[in-house]
Amino acid sequence: MLITRRVEFSASHVCRNPRLSDEENRKLFGPAANPHGHGHNYVVEVSLRGEPHPVTGMVLDLKELKEILNRLVVEPYDHRFLNYEVPPFDHIVPTAENIARDIWSRLSPRLADGSGKLHSVRVYETPDLYVDYFGDETCSA
Amino acid sequence: MFRVTRRYWFAASHRLHAAPLAAEENRRIFGKCNNPFGHGHNYVIEVSARGPLDAATGRAVDTALLDGLVARQVLAPFGHRNLNADVEAFARTVPTSENLAAEICRRLKDNWAATFPGDWPRLEKIRIAETPRNIFEIEAHEIE
Repeated sequence: MLITRRVEFSASHVCRNPRLSDEENRKLFGPAANPHGHGHNYVVEVSLRGEPHPVTGMVLDLKELKEILNRLVVEPYDHRFLNYEVPPFDHIVPTAENIARDIWSRLSPRLADGSGKLHSVRVYETPDLYVDYFGDETCSA
Repeated sequence: MFRVTRRYWFAASHRLHAAPLAAEENRRIFGKCNNPFGHGHNYVIEVSARGPLDAATGRAVDTALLDGLVARQVLAPFGHRNLNADVEAFARTVPTSENLAAEICRRLKDNWAATFPGDWPRLEKIRIAETPRNIFEIEAHEIE
């Protein structure tokens, strides 16, 4: 069974790889590379997999998950310029993909075992674009 | 591994009518969707692709390339069209959202390699909301 909790944060970012030239960055990322950055209302959905506890009927108390998400995701990310204020985005491009992976790495030590195991992190950059990350599963190429 | 999903929409009209069936039978099966002059929807399409991260860009899918593919193969041919009258695939096939999902999936799959020539990303699935309450989903491997 999957349970999902949603949280939101607002942040600014610029999609720019410092190892590439301005021209290459503009070609790759378009207006998202504009040097002073821009922002989004990010929506994050975190899903845990587990079985309901026989007594409580819950996989994990969603209030507890809310508290974990607020502490580990919303507090460090909210109302920040990701590239300047939230490592590892000082050296990793803060695309939705990389944000999903960073959130996974922040959460997975806390949710790796126990009653609800981390299943996926979904990051909406806008209502029209979102990314799902399922951890470091290998490519079945 | 990441799944990237992009949402698009287009407006189109259709009429659910199976030519081999009698008028009465069509009315019984399709109800008001069989009304003779057709009707329309704002179709919302979600296209999901799966792939590993590109180290240089930090992205799994170049959404600008995906936007171009979807614009050419879906939004331009279907947007503001009568699906029965204007789209060859529905000349003899009922334009239900099941069939529409399969046709969109087929178009994207057939043209995928020209847009994304490498191993990744790969088309994973198409999801169509005909209305906010009627939703249809097909996985790319279901289309030959």
